[in-house]
Amino acid sequence: MASVEPGLGPDIAATAGLSASAHGDEITAFVRETEDSKAIDLAVEGAHCAACIVKIEDGLQQLEGVKRARLNLSTGRLAVKFTGADATAEQIVGRLEHLGYRARPYQPEAADDPKSDEEKRLLRALGVAGFASANVMLLSISVWAGEGEMSLATITLMHWISGLIALPAVAYAGWPFFKNAIVGVKTRNVNMDLPISLAVLLACGLSIYETALGHGAAYFDAAIMLLFFLLIGRYLDVRLRARAGQAARDLAALQARIAHRIEPDGAIKAVPARDVKPGDLLRIAPGDRMPVDGVITEGRGELDAALVTGETQPQTLEPGGTVYSGMINLNAPLTVKATAARDDSLLAEIARLVEAGEQGRSRYVRYADKAARAYVPGVFIMALVTLIGWLAVTGNVHDAVMNAIAVLIITCPCALALVVPAVQVVASGRLYGEGVLVKSGDALERLAEAKSVVFDKTGTLTLGRPSLINREDISPRALNLAARLARGSRHPISRAVADAAGPGPLADDLQEIAGGGLTGTAEGAVIQFGSASWLGLEKQGQDSDPSVLEAWLLVEGEAPVRFVFADGLRSDAPEAVSGLKAQGLPVELLSGDREAPVAAAAHALGLDRYQAGLKPQDKIARITALNEAGDAPIMVGDGINDAPALATAHVSVSMGTAADISRSAADLVIQGDRLAALPRAVEIARAAKARMMENFALANIYNVIAVPLAVFGLVTPLVAAIAMSASSLVVMANALRLWRA
Amino acid sequence: MTALLWLIPAALALGAAGLLGFFWAMKSGQYDDLDGAAERILIDDDGPIVDDEDEH
Repeated sequence: MASVEPGLGPDIAATAGLSASAHGDEITAFVRETEDSKAIDLAVEGAHCAACIVKIEDGLQQLEGVKRARLNLSTGRLAVKFTGADATAEQIVGRLEHLGYRARPYQPEAADDPKSDEEKRLLRALGVAGFASANVMLLSISVWAGEGEMSLATITLMHWISGLIALPAVAYAGWPFFKNAIVGVKTRNVNMDLPISLAVLLACGLSIYETALGHGAAYFDAAIMLLFFLLIGRYLDVRLRARAGQAARDLAALQARIAHRIEPDGAIKAVPARDVKPGDLLRIAPGDRMPVDGVITEGRGELDAALVTGETQPQTLEPGGTVYSGMINLNAPLTVKATAARDDSLLAEIARLVEAGEQGRSRYVRYADKAARAYVPGVFIMALVTLIGWLAVTGNVHDAVMNAIAVLIITCPCALALVVPAVQVVASGRLYGEGVLVKSGDALERLAEAKSVVFDKTGTLTLGRPSLINREDISPRALNLAARLARGSRHPISRAVADAAGPGPLADDLQEIAGGGLTGTAEGAVIQFGSASWLGLEKQGQDSDPSVLEAWLLVEGEAPVRFVFADGLRSDAPEAVSGLKAQGLPVELLSGDREAPVAAAAHALGLDRYQAGLKPQDKIARITALNEAGDAPIMVGDGINDAPALATAHVSVSMGTAADISRSAADLVIQGDRLAALPRAVEIARAAKARMMENFALANIYNVIAVPLAVFGLVTPLVAAIAMSASSLVVMANALRLWRA
Repeated sequence: MTALLWLIPAALALGAAGLLGFFWAMKSGQYDDLDGAAERILIDDDGPIVDDEDEH
């Protein structure tokens, strides 16, 4: 695996421990055997045009043994079939790299993805509804156009044919709505699917009845068209969420984790991390990330737990020490025995807290459901009033029932049902373009309502790795000497020194002493770089503040030089914080790190509210207090220790490089770790909310016009068809305006 | 009006043919990569046509 050159961007550095998976023997762990050949799935970055397709597919097909390469441009997945040794997979990835595309092995979902099944089911329903509404409309228009000229028998024939087309189509295409409505009734949660189902079923029932009587009023066209429009909205919604989900899974695939398992015969085999079982012995090389939780059985070394606890200073662990997945092994080879997430482990505790937080949040009522709760009783009362009114005035039971049903149909849940999904689809699409993945529909609503922001420090506002801060106190020669040692190490402090000094030569006789530092020779002298205690400096009376991240350079026969480090802020952190403040959101900082670095970060960003040294429970307590005070916090975090707070907060945002558990607990994920996308997301969410409110108003205006018509018995099938489709189109058009907001 | 007796079935048959075509297209994976299809049309393919059916 190529060493990480100094000066690489934060994203690459943050995943540096993982990029091992793109090289060497590890790719072969993902090769699958098929009947007559071998196959591998790769997630390819940077392919976006026809030229890329040609370059990649033709480029691979020229390789010996490659039978077939097919790139899916929508998902960025490349499926390759080849024959010969597994090692061909390495050549494939090498070839792609040579062509200019980074590729990572990708493990396809074990079973068929239920989401994509749902998407296909909806698409088929959409096709059926489209076919049926086109054909029914063909017949209806001839009935309307032939008004007065067509004989009643012909009209009735037309209606029977319409019914024959529409009824099976309604049964098939309407099932997604009926199913939800039944679930809603069973759980006593009124949702928008209930009035939709009622309107469709009543319209069909009424039409059958009328047609059987030979009266000549059939609403088959309105019913099937209603379903057609609603299915468009629902399909787009599912597709968008599937796309966001897939992008989130891709992020996970980029961190795909290989584990090096020590086989019973002592050989080391690369296996996908998910295949590791409790009890397996794993070899963790320096620079690798822990693929699973475990206990160290051999070796002693420093581990970077920034993603786990938020602490920037590495921990030193010995055999018997517990390691958590996500920790990075810094400097010594370790043998780790994998353990299942036991009840007493940190991850199990975190998972429990996350679950508790999510239960609390599930009480959130979406706008659409709020609307349904207000709307459904209103409509039923209106229908009842119509029934009683007509009975009282005319005494005609048939007319009274017909008009009451007409009210139920015409109040058109269609526009109302489209209000929210139409806006959410457009808004999520825009956010996707900005690099923000929206994982649930109501996340946008909650984001728009947020009144405060809480940031985690390590890895969120900061890069999650130290950088040198007292460069001006260090002579260029000292920095250069330290860098000659540091370039040979993956320890974050060494990397910070190497970054500060830039590329250059290495020292001779370079050695890394786990838990101590580096030693080597340069310019004819022995040089050492490491902790004060290792260098024996404390005995010399040098003060050493334990809260400051520091290292010392000791050159034979010279005074020691002190290097001080701090976790640097992300370049766009000030922009993000000021952007959020400008939107009227007070910002505060909650960190698991120690007081000094937290205070420094808060000061640099102009935040006066911060707390340091917090445990996951303390973060939850603060978030809960904000929730209860009505300050609806947005929680932004990335570490495993942030996950419960993320799940508890009103709305939560996580980084693309965050720990898996945090990404899955968060509502939104910022890809590429661009913090500045956050104020933009809030802006879009607020614009989306405004559009939704306008759409609710439009739907209400429609009802104000249509309901009196129905109440007074003026609704004909023609009026119903026009009114229903017009209101849907208006709502959709208004939602589309969000593209330009 | 007798024209209706064959016009309506003909219209329905055409519609049904379209629907079946749609189902076939979906099943054969033509909706799996919408962006790719839009770009692939731009590729000049001078080579012989290769059998490309097993998409899964």
